[in-house]
Amino acid sequence: MATTFVPKPLRGFVIPVLIVVTWWAAVRFGWSTSPLLIAPGKVWQTAVEQVASGHVFSALAASLRRDLIGFAIGAFGGLVFGAALGASRLFEKLAGPSFHTLKQISLFAWIPLLSVWFGLGDAAKVAFLSLAAFFPVVLNTFEGIRSVPADLLEVARVLKFNRVQTWAKVILPAASPSIFAGIHLGLIYAWLATLGAEYLLVSGEGIGNTMIDGREHFLMDLVLFGVIVVGLVGFSLNWIASRIEARALAWRGRSVAQF
Amino acid sequence: MKRDLLITADGIAPPSLAPQLHASPVGAALKTQATRWPRLPDWLLAWPLPLAVLAVWTLAAHFEWVAPQVLPAPEAVALTFKESLLSGELWANLQISLLRVLAGFSVGLVGGLALGVAMGLSPTFKDYVYPTFKAFAQVPVLGWLPLLMLLVGIDEALKIILISKAALVPITLNTYKGIQGVPTRYIEVARVLEFTRWQMLSKVVFPAALAPIWNGVRYGLTHAWLALVVVELLASSEGLGYMIVYGRQLFQLDVVLAAVVVVGAVGYALDKLLALAERRLLGWRKEAF
Repeated sequence: MATTFVPKPLRGFVIPVLIVVTWWAAVRFGWSTSPLLIAPGKVWQTAVEQVASGHVFSALAASLRRDLIGFAIGAFGGLVFGAALGASRLFEKLAGPSFHTLKQISLFAWIPLLSVWFGLGDAAKVAFLSLAAFFPVVLNTFEGIRSVPADLLEVARVLKFNRVQTWAKVILPAASPSIFAGIHLGLIYAWLATLGAEYLLVSGEGIGNTMIDGREHFLMDLVLFGVIVVGLVGFSLNWIASRIEARALAWRGRSVAQF
Repeated sequence: MKRDLLITADGIAPPSLAPQLHASPVGAALKTQATRWPRLPDWLLAWPLPLAVLAVWTLAAHFEWVAPQVLPAPEAVALTFKESLLSGELWANLQISLLRVLAGFSVGLVGGLALGVAMGLSPTFKDYVYPTFKAFAQVPVLGWLPLLMLLVGIDEALKIILISKAALVPITLNTYKGIQGVPTRYIEVARVLEFTRWQMLSKVVFPAALAPIWNGVRYGLTHAWLALVVVELLASSEGLGYMIVYGRQLFQLDVVLAAVVVVGAVGYALDKLLALAERRLLGWRKEAF
């Protein structure tokens, strides 16, 4: 097979390199006259400009600030609600069906409603982001608490733990992998929702707005730069969450969170 | 869990995981109030909360605590729902949305299965393609949207491409992981039995990988539906998402709410449909336990 010419660790680079070379050749030899076909170097130039002028940082800061505020509210609410659902059968019967019904509504369908109720500014965006983080955190917290093994609770009873001790020393630690998974998912959803909110509630500053502007003015370089930044941010959030998860769950003796 | 995170790295809510766990220790062991209310059946307990919300909503609308543009009366929503149902407007939009999802999902399904199977079976192919695929998957559907709008415009192609991307990522990942996760001892047994390559695939690898693959398909459909709503909200002149945007622009929140209900119901129905199919498809597994 001809493929054996490429050493294993370099194989992953073959396709990206081919893409860039084709792209470069398409520009260099004028295969297309579309104004959308810009040189790879132009994207680099835009990236340098954006970084040097600080535009990208202020847009990113605005996006991330909203992202994290919304995420914090949603995740906290989700933890409390999920824990209540998990621990109390009565609460589950009262609120569970309503929750599962609301969950069915496609996330982004909330935006038009929220925009009527909270306006087009940051309040609506943050409300939407917290909703995005809320659902996965609730589901996973509930799941985690419900799957605490009965043996552990029996031990707690034998040791005559009170309610606080049972929660702090048995239930929460036992449920923590699932809870962290929920928080991790919540973080990813909140980032996706940040972009969606910026597209749909076009006001203010943010990386999504930068991309929308780029599209409206047919600035392909700006849009491509935006795609790369969005990917990098998603990747970093994911990475940070996995690190924290691995740290926090290290006592369990196996690296549940690492992939 | 590890797999869950990977699958949903695209960023969209997983289909319902939760409500199957009834015989669970925590609630019982904490001696919740459930024991004090032994008479009320479960289904009855589900109603007070939505009914209370409905009551407050009705009162709020009736006494005009909030403007009808901000919160229309429940009966107005019901009426709009009925009207758009009877006039066929709702059906027409629903049909368009469903066709789009179906088209995009089919493309994503075929592509995802092919890619996943190829990466699962050939380590060489995986070495070449997987890093690029990961990078591609890392940018969420919404990140690709402005770029695609420039490249293909805002027509049907945009919707189909984005929906298929949304479905492709989880299906590819799950198919790949599912095939990778086939226990080695199954393969060993098949070797001992001197299975041909085709027998190995059709009798061992695919049946063993079917459950995770099917999970991926379910996630894929959920993601596809979510992507459809976003795309229709952003760039469309028909479909359920457009109904929502249109109602919002005219401050007809009754239209918005009616469409939101339909969006939720369809999402639910699609997932249930696949769950039913799963019982059919994977039913044989249960006999072993």
